[in-house]
Amino acid sequence: MVNTRVTLCGITLDNPVIPASGTFGFGYEFAELYDINLLGTFSFKGTTRENRFGNPTPRIAECTAGMINAVGLQNPGVEKVVSEELPKLGKVFHKPVMANVSGFSVEDYACTCAILDREEQVGWLEVNVSCPNVHGGGMSFGTDPEAAASVTRAVKAVTKKPVIIKLSPNVTDIVSIAKACEEAGADGISLINTLLGMRIDLKTGRPIIANTMGGFSGPAIFPVALRMVYQVSKAVNIPVVGMGGVSSAEDVVEMMMAGACAVEVGAANLIDPYASLRIVKALPETMEKYGISDLNDIIGKAH
Amino acid sequence: MKQTVLTVTENIPLTASVYRMRLEGAIGENRPGQFVEIALPGRFLRRPISVCGARGGELTLIYKVVGHGTEQMSALEEGARLDVLTGLGSGYRIERAGNAPLLVGGGVGVPPLYGLAKELINKGKTVSVVLGFNTADEIFYEDEFRALGCAVTVTTADGSYGVSGFVTDALPENASYFYACGPLPMLKALCKKTDIPGEVSLEERMGCGFGACMGCSVMTASGAKRVCREGPVFKKEELIW
Repeated sequence: MVNTRVTLCGITLDNPVIPASGTFGFGYEFAELYDINLLGTFSFKGTTRENRFGNPTPRIAECTAGMINAVGLQNPGVEKVVSEELPKLGKVFHKPVMANVSGFSVEDYACTCAILDREEQVGWLEVNVSCPNVHGGGMSFGTDPEAAASVTRAVKAVTKKPVIIKLSPNVTDIVSIAKACEEAGADGISLINTLLGMRIDLKTGRPIIANTMGGFSGPAIFPVALRMVYQVSKAVNIPVVGMGGVSSAEDVVEMMMAGACAVEVGAANLIDPYASLRIVKALPETMEKYGISDLNDIIGKAH
Repeated sequence: MKQTVLTVTENIPLTASVYRMRLEGAIGENRPGQFVEIALPGRFLRRPISVCGARGGELTLIYKVVGHGTEQMSALEEGARLDVLTGLGSGYRIERAGNAPLLVGGGVGVPPLYGLAKELINKGKTVSVVLGFNTADEIFYEDEFRALGCAVTVTTADGSYGVSGFVTDALPENASYFYACGPLPMLKALCKKTDIPGEVSLEERMGCGFGACMGCSVMTASGAKRVCREGPVFKKEELIW
Protein backbone atom coordinates (compact mmCIF):
# COMPACT_ATOMS: atom_id res chain seq x y z
CA MET A 1 0.00 0.00 0.00
CA VAL A 2 1.59 3.26 -1.14
CA ASN A 3 0.86 6.75 0.22
CA THR A 4 -0.27 9.27 -2.36
CA ARG A 5 -1.39 11.85 0.19
CA VAL A 6 0.40 15.18 0.13
CA THR A 7 -0.11 18.49 1.89
CA LEU A 8 -0.45 21.78 0.07
CA CYS A 9 -0.26 24.87 2.29
CA GLY A 10 -1.74 23.02 5.26
CA ILE A 11 -4.54 21.24 3.37
CA THR A 12 -4.20 17.50 2.78
CA LEU A 13 -4.85 16.16 -0.71
CA ASP A 14 -5.69 12.48 -1.32
CA ASN A 15 -3.30 12.66 -4.24
CA PRO A 16 -1.23 15.41 -5.86
CA VAL A 17 -3.18 15.49 -9.14
CA ILE A 18 -4.90 18.82 -9.84
CA PRO A 19 -6.52 19.67 -13.20
CA ALA A 20 -5.21 23.11 -14.13
CA SER A 21 -7.25 26.26 -14.55
CA GLY A 22 -8.72 26.80 -17.99
CA THR A 23 -8.76 23.11 -18.85
CA PHE A 24 -11.48 21.96 -16.47
CA GLY A 25 -14.11 24.72 -16.48
CA PHE A 26 -15.98 24.67 -13.17
CA GLY A 27 -15.87 20.91 -13.11
CA TYR A 28 -19.34 19.91 -14.40
CA GLU A 29 -18.40 18.75 -17.87
CA PHE A 30 -16.05 16.27 -16.21
CA ALA A 31 -18.40 15.39 -13.33
CA GLU A 32 -20.74 14.01 -16.02
CA LEU A 33 -17.99 11.56 -16.97
CA TYR A 34 -16.49 10.47 -13.66
CA ASP A 35 -16.44 11.20 -9.93
CA ILE A 36 -14.21 14.28 -9.77
CA ASN A 37 -13.82 13.72 -6.01
CA LEU A 38 -11.18 11.16 -6.97
CA LEU A 39 -8.89 14.08 -7.88
CA GLY A 40 -6.64 15.82 -5.37
CA THR A 41 -8.59 18.98 -6.18
CA PHE A 42 -8.88 21.17 -9.27
CA SER A 43 -8.20 24.78 -10.13
CA PHE A 44 -11.29 26.41 -11.57
CA LYS A 45 -11.58 28.64 -14.62
CA GLY A 46 -9.63 31.90 -14.27
CA THR A 47 -11.98 34.40 -12.67
CA THR A 48 -11.89 38.18 -12.97
CA ARG A 49 -13.76 41.03 -11.28
CA GLU A 50 -16.02 41.64 -14.31
CA ASN A 51 -17.34 39.11 -16.82
CA ARG A 52 -15.27 38.67 -19.98
CA PHE A 53 -15.89 37.17 -23.42
CA GLY A 54 -12.17 36.99 -24.07
CA ASN A 55 -10.42 37.36 -27.39
CA PRO A 56 -11.85 37.05 -30.90
CA THR A 57 -11.70 33.61 -32.56
CA PRO A 58 -9.81 31.70 -33.84
CA ARG A 59 -8.17 31.33 -30.46
CA ILE A 60 -6.84 27.77 -30.77
CA ALA A 61 -3.96 26.49 -32.92
CA GLU A 62 -2.43 23.04 -32.97
CA CYS A 63 1.33 22.49 -32.61
CA THR A 64 3.64 19.49 -32.53
CA ALA A 65 2.98 17.85 -29.15
CA GLY A 66 0.89 20.75 -27.95
CA MET A 67 -1.42 23.61 -28.69
CA ILE A 68 -1.69 27.38 -28.52
CA ASN A 69 -4.66 29.04 -26.89
CA ALA A 70 -5.58 32.71 -26.77
CA VAL A 71 -8.92 32.42 -24.99
CA GLY A 72 -8.24 35.56 -22.96
CA LEU A 73 -9.86 34.68 -19.64
CA GLN A 74 -13.46 34.15 -20.73
CA ASN A 75 -15.44 33.90 -17.50
CA PRO A 76 -18.75 35.09 -16.04
CA GLY A 77 -17.12 37.42 -13.47
CA VAL A 78 -16.58 36.76 -9.77
CA GLU A 79 -20.12 37.64 -8.64
CA LYS A 80 -21.66 35.05 -10.94
CA VAL A 81 -18.96 32.52 -10.10
CA VAL A 82 -19.98 32.86 -6.46
CA SER A 83 -23.76 32.98 -7.03
CA GLU A 84 -24.07 30.37 -9.81
CA GLU A 85 -20.96 28.27 -10.39
CA LEU A 86 -19.89 27.48 -6.82
CA PRO A 87 -23.37 26.33 -5.63
CA LYS A 88 -23.55 23.98 -8.64
CA LEU A 89 -20.01 22.77 -7.99
CA GLY A 90 -20.80 22.08 -4.34
CA LYS A 91 -23.30 19.44 -5.43
CA VAL A 92 -20.74 17.37 -7.33
CA PHE A 93 -17.43 18.20 -5.60
CA HIS A 94 -16.97 17.84 -1.86
CA LYS A 95 -13.37 18.91 -1.40
CA PRO A 96 -11.71 22.31 -1.12
CA VAL A 97 -11.33 23.76 -4.62
CA MET A 98 -8.54 25.98 -5.88
CA ALA A 99 -9.87 29.37 -7.01
CA ASN A 100 -7.90 30.83 -9.91
CA VAL A 101 -7.94 34.62 -10.07
CA SER A 102 -6.77 37.15 -12.66
CA GLY A 103 -6.89 40.91 -12.80
CA PHE A 104 -5.97 44.06 -14.66
CA SER A 105 -4.92 46.11 -11.66
CA VAL A 106 -3.72 45.37 -8.12
CA GLU A 107 -7.12 46.53 -6.89
CA ASP A 108 -8.87 44.06 -9.25
CA TYR A 109 -6.93 41.15 -7.78
CA ALA A 110 -7.66 42.25 -4.22
CA CYS A 111 -11.36 42.80 -4.91
CA THR A 112 -11.87 39.41 -6.58
CA CYS A 113 -9.88 37.58 -3.89
CA ALA A 114 -11.78 39.32 -1.09
CA ILE A 115 -15.06 38.04 -2.56
CA LEU A 116 -13.73 34.50 -2.99
CA ASP A 117 -12.26 34.57 0.52
CA ARG A 118 -15.81 34.39 1.88
CA GLU A 119 -16.53 31.11 0.06
CA GLU A 120 -16.20 28.07 2.28
CA GLN A 121 -15.42 25.67 -0.55
CA VAL A 122 -12.43 27.70 -1.72
CA GLY A 123 -9.35 26.10 -0.20
CA TRP A 124 -6.62 28.07 -1.95
CA LEU A 125 -6.41 31.21 -4.03
CA GLU A 126 -4.24 30.65 -7.07
CA VAL A 127 -3.38 34.12 -8.27
CA ASN A 128 -2.53 34.21 -11.96
CA VAL A 129 0.04 36.92 -12.66
CA SER A 130 0.95 35.15 -15.86
CA CYS A 131 -1.85 35.11 -18.45
CA PRO A 132 -0.19 35.81 -21.82
CA ASN A 133 -3.51 36.52 -23.53
CA VAL A 134 -4.70 39.77 -22.03
CA HIS A 135 -3.29 43.25 -22.43
CA GLY A 136 -2.55 45.66 -19.62
CA GLY A 137 -2.71 42.98 -16.97
CA GLY A 138 -2.13 39.31 -16.40
CA MET A 139 1.39 38.53 -17.46
CA SER A 140 2.61 42.10 -17.00
CA PHE A 141 2.29 41.54 -13.23
CA GLY A 142 4.32 38.36 -13.45
CA THR A 143 7.27 39.63 -15.46
CA ASP A 144 8.50 42.11 -12.85
CA PRO A 145 9.42 41.09 -9.29
CA GLU A 146 8.09 44.27 -7.70
CA ALA A 147 4.75 44.10 -9.55
CA ALA A 148 4.31 40.43 -8.61
CA ALA A 149 5.12 41.28 -5.00
CA SER A 150 2.60 44.12 -4.93
CA VAL A 151 -0.18 41.81 -6.17
CA THR A 152 0.86 39.24 -3.55
CA ARG A 153 0.74 41.80 -0.73
CA ALA A 154 -2.62 43.16 -1.85
CA VAL A 155 -4.16 39.69 -1.98
CA LYS A 156 -2.65 38.56 1.30
CA ALA A 157 -4.20 41.61 2.96
CA VAL A 158 -7.73 40.50 2.07
CA THR A 159 -7.66 36.76 2.73
CA LYS A 160 -6.72 34.20 5.34
CA LYS A 161 -6.76 31.41 2.76
CA PRO A 162 -3.43 30.20 1.38
CA VAL A 163 -2.29 32.33 -1.55
CA ILE A 164 -0.46 30.57 -4.38
CA ILE A 165 1.05 32.84 -7.03
CA LYS A 166 1.01 31.34 -10.54
CA LEU A 167 4.06 32.43 -12.48
CA SER A 168 4.83 33.01 -16.13
CA PRO A 169 7.75 31.29 -17.84
CA ASN A 170 8.05 34.23 -20.25
CA VAL A 171 10.73 35.93 -18.16
CA THR A 172 14.51 36.02 -18.01
CA ASP A 173 14.78 35.12 -14.32
CA ILE A 174 11.81 33.28 -12.83
CA VAL A 175 13.66 32.65 -9.56
CA SER A 176 13.86 36.36 -8.71
CA ILE A 177 10.09 36.71 -9.27
CA ALA A 178 9.32 33.65 -7.14
CA LYS A 179 11.52 34.99 -4.35
CA ALA A 180 9.84 38.40 -4.53
CA CYS A 181 6.45 36.70 -4.09
CA GLU A 182 7.74 34.64 -1.18
CA GLU A 183 9.09 37.75 0.54
CA ALA A 184 5.76 39.49 -0.04
CA GLY A 185 4.01 36.72 1.89
CA ALA A 186 2.95 34.18 -0.75
CA ASP A 187 2.09 30.79 0.76
CA GLY A 188 3.01 28.90 -2.39
CA ILE A 189 4.11 29.21 -6.00
CA SER A 190 2.62 27.42 -8.98
CA LEU A 191 4.35 27.24 -12.33
CA ILE A 192 4.49 27.31 -15.27
CA ASN A 193 1.74 29.12 -17.14
CA THR A 194 1.91 28.79 -20.93
CA LEU A 195 4.84 29.84 -23.09
CA LEU A 196 4.13 32.67 -25.52
CA GLY A 197 3.88 31.12 -28.97
CA MET A 198 2.61 31.65 -32.50
CA ARG A 199 1.60 29.80 -35.69
CA ILE A 200 1.08 31.10 -39.22
CA ASP A 201 -1.39 29.73 -41.78
CA LEU A 202 0.71 28.93 -44.85
CA LYS A 203 -2.25 29.44 -47.19
CA THR A 204 -2.89 33.03 -46.09
CA GLY A 205 0.47 34.03 -44.60
CA ARG A 206 -1.45 35.33 -41.58
CA PRO A 207 -1.29 34.27 -37.92
CA ILE A 208 -3.75 31.44 -37.14
CA ILE A 209 -4.65 33.02 -33.80
CA ALA A 210 -6.79 36.16 -34.20
CA ASN A 211 -4.84 37.74 -31.35
CA THR A 212 -1.59 36.88 -33.26
CA MET A 213 0.07 35.13 -30.30
CA GLY A 214 -1.12 32.80 -27.58
CA GLY A 215 -0.02 30.48 -24.81
CA PHE A 216 1.73 27.26 -25.84
CA SER A 217 0.99 24.21 -23.68
CA GLY A 218 1.12 20.44 -23.95
CA PRO A 219 3.78 17.72 -23.59
CA ALA A 220 6.28 19.75 -25.65
CA ILE A 221 6.78 22.21 -22.77
CA PHE A 222 7.32 19.58 -20.04
CA PRO A 223 11.15 19.82 -19.92
CA VAL A 224 11.02 23.63 -19.70
CA ALA A 225 8.43 23.45 -16.92
CA LEU A 226 10.39 20.79 -15.05
CA ARG A 227 13.56 22.90 -15.21
CA MET A 228 11.77 25.96 -13.82
CA VAL A 229 10.07 23.95 -11.05
CA TYR A 230 13.53 22.63 -10.12
CA GLN A 231 15.08 26.12 -10.08
CA VAL A 232 12.26 27.78 -8.14
CA SER A 233 11.76 25.01 -5.59
CA LYS A 234 15.48 25.07 -4.80
CA ALA A 235 15.34 28.82 -4.21
CA VAL A 236 12.20 29.22 -2.09
CA ASN A 237 11.00 27.73 1.19
CA ILE A 238 7.29 27.67 0.34
CA PRO A 239 5.45 24.84 -1.45
CA VAL A 240 5.69 24.68 -5.24
CA VAL A 241 2.95 23.30 -7.49
CA GLY A 242 4.44 22.05 -10.76
CA MET A 243 2.67 22.12 -14.10
CA GLY A 244 3.39 22.28 -17.81
CA GLY A 245 2.85 19.40 -20.22
CA VAL A 246 2.11 16.80 -17.55
CA SER A 247 0.28 13.89 -19.16
CA SER A 248 1.13 10.75 -17.20
CA ALA A 249 1.77 9.43 -13.69
CA GLU A 250 5.46 9.27 -14.63
CA ASP A 251 5.38 13.01 -15.36
CA VAL A 252 3.83 13.60 -11.91
CA VAL A 253 6.61 11.65 -10.21
CA GLU A 254 9.24 13.52 -12.23
CA MET A 255 7.72 16.92 -11.34
CA MET A 256 7.75 15.94 -7.67
CA MET A 257 11.36 14.82 -7.85
CA ALA A 258 12.09 18.27 -9.32
CA GLY A 259 10.57 19.83 -6.22
CA ALA A 260 6.80 20.05 -6.67
CA CYS A 261 4.59 19.00 -3.76
CA ALA A 262 1.54 18.81 -6.03
CA VAL A 263 1.12 18.73 -9.79
CA GLU A 264 -1.37 20.35 -12.13
CA VAL A 265 -2.53 18.70 -15.35
CA GLY A 266 -3.58 21.06 -18.15
CA ALA A 267 -3.76 20.47 -21.89
CA ALA A 268 -3.98 16.68 -21.39
CA ASN A 269 -7.57 17.15 -20.13
CA LEU A 270 -8.53 18.73 -23.44
CA ILE A 271 -7.53 15.83 -25.64
CA ASP A 272 -8.55 13.08 -23.23
CA PRO A 273 -11.38 14.04 -20.86
CA TYR A 274 -10.32 11.16 -18.60
CA ALA A 275 -6.63 12.19 -18.50
CA SER A 276 -6.53 13.40 -14.89
CA LEU A 277 -8.47 10.37 -13.62
CA ARG A 278 -6.18 8.08 -15.61
CA ILE A 279 -3.15 9.70 -13.95
CA VAL A 280 -4.68 9.34 -10.45
CA LYS A 281 -5.35 5.65 -11.10
CA ALA A 282 -1.91 4.98 -12.56
CA LEU A 283 -0.05 6.69 -9.74
CA PRO A 284 0.14 3.82 -7.19
CA GLU A 285 1.39 1.37 -9.82
CA THR A 286 3.95 3.87 -11.08
CA MET A 287 5.15 4.47 -7.50
CA GLU A 288 5.57 0.74 -6.95
CA LYS A 289 7.49 0.43 -10.20
CA TYR A 290 10.05 2.97 -8.94
CA GLY A 291 10.09 1.72 -5.35
CA ILE A 292 8.32 4.77 -3.94
CA SER A 293 6.18 4.01 -0.88
CA ASP A 294 5.36 7.61 0.01
CA LEU A 295 5.20 10.50 -2.45
CA ASN A 296 6.38 12.87 0.27
CA ASP A 297 9.75 11.11 0.21
CA ILE A 298 10.49 12.15 -3.37
CA ILE A 299 9.65 15.85 -3.28
CA GLY A 300 12.82 17.60 -4.40
CA LYS A 301 14.80 14.37 -4.57
CA ALA A 302 16.72 15.73 -7.57
CA HIS A 303 18.03 18.72 -5.60
CA MET B 1 -20.44 12.34 -24.76
CA LYS B 2 -18.85 8.94 -24.99
CA GLN B 3 -15.21 7.97 -25.46
CA THR B 4 -15.00 4.91 -27.68
CA VAL B 5 -12.71 3.02 -30.04
CA LEU B 6 -14.23 2.49 -33.49
CA THR B 7 -13.09 0.49 -36.50
CA VAL B 8 -12.98 1.96 -40.01
CA THR B 9 -15.15 -0.13 -42.35
CA GLU B 10 -15.13 2.21 -45.34
CA ASN B 11 -13.12 5.29 -46.37
CA ILE B 12 -13.79 6.30 -49.96
CA PRO B 13 -13.59 9.54 -51.98
CA LEU B 14 -16.91 11.07 -53.07
CA THR B 15 -15.19 13.92 -54.95
CA ALA B 16 -11.54 14.99 -55.37
CA SER B 17 -11.33 16.23 -51.77
CA VAL B 18 -14.43 14.92 -49.96
CA TYR B 19 -14.40 11.47 -48.37
CA ARG B 20 -16.94 9.23 -46.70
CA MET B 21 -15.81 7.22 -43.71
CA ARG B 22 -17.87 4.54 -42.04
CA LEU B 23 -16.97 3.43 -38.52
CA GLU B 24 -18.24 0.49 -36.49
CA GLY B 25 -18.40 -0.10 -32.76
CA ALA B 26 -20.11 1.19 -29.64
CA ILE B 27 -20.96 4.59 -31.12
CA GLY B 28 -23.28 5.81 -28.35
CA GLU B 29 -26.09 8.24 -29.11
CA ASN B 30 -25.57 10.64 -32.03
CA ARG B 31 -28.36 13.01 -33.01
CA PRO B 32 -28.42 14.96 -36.32
CA GLY B 33 -26.30 18.10 -36.00
CA GLN B 34 -24.01 16.63 -33.37
CA PHE B 35 -20.35 15.92 -34.09
CA VAL B 36 -17.50 13.61 -33.10
CA GLU B 37 -13.85 14.31 -32.20
CA ILE B 38 -11.33 11.91 -33.71
CA ALA B 39 -7.85 11.37 -32.27
CA LEU B 40 -5.19 10.77 -34.92
CA PRO B 41 -1.74 9.31 -34.21
CA GLY B 42 0.87 12.07 -34.02
CA ARG B 43 -1.66 14.93 -33.94
CA PHE B 44 -2.15 16.66 -30.59
CA LEU B 45 -5.72 17.86 -31.00
CA ARG B 46 -8.65 15.74 -32.09
CA ARG B 47 -10.49 16.51 -35.37
CA PRO B 48 -14.10 17.63 -35.03
CA ILE B 49 -16.26 16.07 -37.80
CA SER B 50 -20.03 16.40 -38.17
CA VAL B 51 -22.14 13.25 -38.13
CA CYS B 52 -23.80 12.38 -41.44
CA GLY B 53 -25.59 9.32 -40.15
CA ALA B 54 -25.73 6.99 -37.15
CA ARG B 55 -27.54 3.70 -37.07
CA GLY B 56 -27.08 0.76 -34.73
CA GLY B 57 -23.33 0.41 -34.35
CA GLU B 58 -22.41 2.32 -37.50
CA LEU B 59 -21.38 5.94 -37.80
CA THR B 60 -21.13 7.68 -41.18
CA LEU B 61 -18.93 10.76 -41.54
CA ILE B 62 -18.32 12.87 -44.63
CA TYR B 63 -15.27 15.12 -44.40
CA LYS B 64 -13.20 17.36 -46.63
CA VAL B 65 -9.42 17.19 -46.77
CA VAL B 66 -8.39 20.68 -45.67
CA GLY B 67 -5.15 20.11 -43.75
CA HIS B 68 -2.67 17.58 -42.40
CA GLY B 69 -5.15 15.90 -40.06
CA THR B 70 -7.90 15.28 -42.60
CA GLU B 71 -5.24 14.24 -45.12
CA GLN B 72 -4.08 11.64 -42.61
CA MET B 73 -7.70 10.54 -42.16
CA SER B 74 -8.12 10.10 -45.91
CA ALA B 75 -5.23 7.61 -45.95
CA LEU B 76 -6.74 5.34 -43.28
CA GLU B 77 -7.61 1.86 -44.46
CA GLU B 78 -10.40 -0.51 -43.51
CA GLY B 79 -9.70 -2.08 -40.16
CA ALA B 80 -7.93 0.98 -38.73
CA ARG B 81 -9.00 1.69 -35.15
CA LEU B 82 -9.69 5.23 -33.96
CA ASP B 83 -10.19 6.79 -30.52
CA VAL B 84 -13.37 8.86 -30.92
CA LEU B 85 -15.48 11.09 -28.67
CA THR B 86 -19.07 10.78 -29.90
CA GLY B 87 -22.36 12.58 -29.27
CA LEU B 88 -20.85 16.07 -28.95
CA GLY B 89 -22.77 19.34 -29.19
CA SER B 90 -26.44 20.20 -29.18
CA GLY B 91 -27.78 19.01 -32.54
CA TYR B 92 -30.77 20.27 -34.54
CA ARG B 93 -34.09 20.81 -32.81
CA ILE B 94 -36.29 18.46 -34.82
CA GLU B 95 -39.45 19.43 -32.93
CA ARG B 96 -39.35 22.91 -34.47
CA ALA B 97 -39.56 21.68 -38.09
CA GLY B 98 -43.23 22.31 -38.86
CA ASN B 99 -44.76 20.41 -41.79
CA ALA B 100 -42.49 21.59 -44.59
CA PRO B 101 -38.93 22.08 -43.36
CA LEU B 102 -36.20 23.40 -45.65
CA LEU B 103 -32.64 22.11 -45.41
CA VAL B 104 -29.87 24.31 -46.85
CA GLY B 105 -26.32 23.00 -47.14
CA GLY B 106 -23.18 24.46 -48.65
CA GLY B 107 -20.23 22.27 -49.65
CA VAL B 108 -18.95 20.17 -46.77
CA GLY B 109 -21.82 21.62 -44.70
CA VAL B 110 -24.15 19.20 -46.50
CA PRO B 111 -23.40 15.97 -44.52
CA PRO B 112 -25.13 16.73 -41.18
CA LEU B 113 -28.30 17.61 -43.10
CA TYR B 114 -28.51 14.09 -44.52
CA GLY B 115 -29.12 12.45 -41.13
CA LEU B 116 -31.55 15.26 -40.32
CA ALA B 117 -33.46 14.75 -43.60
CA LYS B 118 -33.80 11.05 -42.85
CA GLU B 119 -35.35 11.73 -39.42
CA LEU B 120 -37.69 14.41 -40.77
CA ILE B 121 -38.88 12.14 -43.59
CA ASN B 122 -39.47 9.35 -41.05
CA LYS B 123 -41.67 11.77 -39.12
CA GLY B 124 -43.78 12.32 -42.25
CA LYS B 125 -42.50 15.82 -43.07
CA THR B 126 -42.36 17.26 -46.60
CA VAL B 127 -38.66 18.06 -46.85
CA SER B 128 -37.09 20.46 -49.36
CA VAL B 129 -33.32 20.52 -49.74
CA VAL B 130 -31.10 23.12 -51.41
CA LEU B 131 -27.48 22.05 -51.82
CA GLY B 132 -24.89 24.61 -52.94
CA PHE B 133 -21.50 23.80 -54.44
CA ASN B 134 -18.84 25.79 -56.29
CA THR B 135 -18.82 23.58 -59.36
CA ALA B 136 -20.32 20.35 -60.76
CA ASP B 137 -17.21 18.30 -59.80
CA GLU B 138 -17.77 19.03 -56.12
CA ILE B 139 -21.35 17.77 -55.91
CA PHE B 140 -22.09 14.82 -53.65
CA TYR B 141 -25.20 13.21 -52.10
CA GLU B 142 -27.75 14.78 -54.48
CA ASP B 143 -29.10 11.31 -55.33
CA GLU B 144 -29.01 10.16 -51.72
CA PHE B 145 -31.24 13.04 -50.60
CA ARG B 146 -33.62 12.29 -53.51
CA ALA B 147 -33.73 8.61 -52.54
CA LEU B 148 -34.98 9.65 -49.08
CA GLY B 149 -37.90 11.42 -50.76
CA CYS B 150 -36.70 15.03 -50.46
CA ALA B 151 -37.34 17.69 -53.13
CA VAL B 152 -33.74 18.54 -54.06
CA THR B 153 -32.37 21.64 -55.79
CA VAL B 154 -28.64 21.91 -56.51
CA THR B 155 -26.93 25.23 -57.15
CA THR B 156 -23.42 25.79 -58.49
CA ALA B 157 -21.60 29.09 -58.21
CA ASP B 158 -20.09 28.69 -61.70
CA GLY B 159 -23.34 27.49 -63.29
CA SER B 160 -21.86 24.15 -64.35
CA TYR B 161 -24.83 22.21 -62.90
CA GLY B 162 -28.34 22.92 -61.66
CA VAL B 163 -29.32 26.46 -60.76
CA SER B 164 -26.56 28.94 -61.49
CA GLY B 165 -25.68 30.97 -58.39
CA PHE B 166 -25.90 30.49 -54.63
CA VAL B 167 -28.35 28.64 -52.38
CA THR B 168 -30.11 31.95 -51.75
CA ASP B 169 -31.02 32.06 -55.47
CA ALA B 170 -33.00 28.83 -55.23
CA LEU B 171 -34.96 28.96 -51.97
CA PRO B 172 -38.42 27.37 -52.29
CA GLU B 173 -41.45 29.29 -51.04
CA ASN B 174 -43.77 28.26 -48.21
CA ALA B 175 -41.20 26.41 -46.11
CA SER B 176 -42.16 26.17 -42.43
CA TYR B 177 -38.66 26.30 -40.90
CA PHE B 178 -35.07 26.06 -42.09
CA TYR B 179 -32.00 24.13 -40.99
CA ALA B 180 -28.64 25.16 -42.46
CA CYS B 181 -24.98 24.22 -42.42
CA GLY B 182 -22.23 25.71 -44.57
CA PRO B 183 -19.71 28.52 -44.85
CA LEU B 184 -20.36 31.62 -42.73
CA PRO B 185 -21.09 33.98 -45.70
CA MET B 186 -23.74 31.50 -46.91
CA LEU B 187 -25.35 31.30 -43.47
CA LYS B 188 -25.40 35.08 -43.14
CA ALA B 189 -26.89 35.57 -46.63
CA LEU B 190 -29.51 32.90 -45.94
CA CYS B 191 -30.62 34.39 -42.62
CA LYS B 192 -30.89 37.80 -44.30
CA LYS B 193 -32.83 36.53 -47.29
CA THR B 194 -35.48 34.42 -45.59
CA ASP B 195 -38.16 35.58 -43.17
CA ILE B 196 -38.98 32.13 -41.81
CA PRO B 197 -37.49 30.99 -38.50
CA GLY B 198 -34.63 28.53 -38.52
CA GLU B 199 -31.31 27.42 -37.12
CA VAL B 200 -27.76 27.15 -38.40
CA SER B 201 -24.73 25.05 -37.55
CA LEU B 202 -21.57 27.06 -36.95
CA GLU B 203 -17.97 26.03 -37.40
CA GLU B 204 -15.05 27.22 -35.27
CA ARG B 205 -11.51 26.10 -34.48
CA MET B 206 -11.88 23.94 -31.39
CA GLY B 207 -9.56 22.82 -28.65
CA CYS B 208 -11.36 20.08 -26.76
CA GLY B 209 -14.79 19.83 -28.40
CA PHE B 210 -16.63 19.19 -25.11
CA GLY B 211 -16.83 22.54 -23.37
CA ALA B 212 -13.70 22.65 -21.24
CA CYS B 213 -11.31 25.03 -22.97
CA MET B 214 -13.59 27.88 -24.13
CA GLY B 215 -11.61 28.01 -27.37
CA CYS B 216 -14.60 28.10 -29.73
CA SER B 217 -16.87 30.64 -28.06
CA VAL B 218 -19.25 32.86 -29.98
CA MET B 219 -21.15 35.90 -28.68
CA THR B 220 -24.92 35.46 -28.97
CA ALA B 221 -28.00 37.48 -28.05
CA SER B 222 -28.05 35.55 -24.77
CA GLY B 223 -24.34 35.90 -23.95
CA ALA B 224 -21.18 33.92 -24.72
CA LYS B 225 -21.83 30.35 -25.89
CA ARG B 226 -19.47 27.51 -26.77
CA VAL B 227 -19.87 26.31 -30.36
CA CYS B 228 -18.88 22.81 -29.17
CA ARG B 229 -21.30 22.59 -26.26
CA GLU B 230 -24.33 24.92 -26.51
CA GLY B 231 -23.78 24.77 -30.32
CA PRO B 232 -22.80 23.98 -32.98
CA VAL B 233 -26.47 24.58 -33.88
CA PHE B 234 -27.86 27.98 -32.93
CA LYS B 235 -31.29 29.49 -33.56
CA LYS B 236 -31.28 32.30 -36.11
CA GLU B 237 -32.44 34.86 -33.54
CA GLU B 238 -29.57 33.98 -31.18
CA LEU B 239 -26.89 34.97 -33.64
CA ILE B 240 -25.32 38.39 -33.73
CA TRP B 241 -23.94 38.72 -37.25
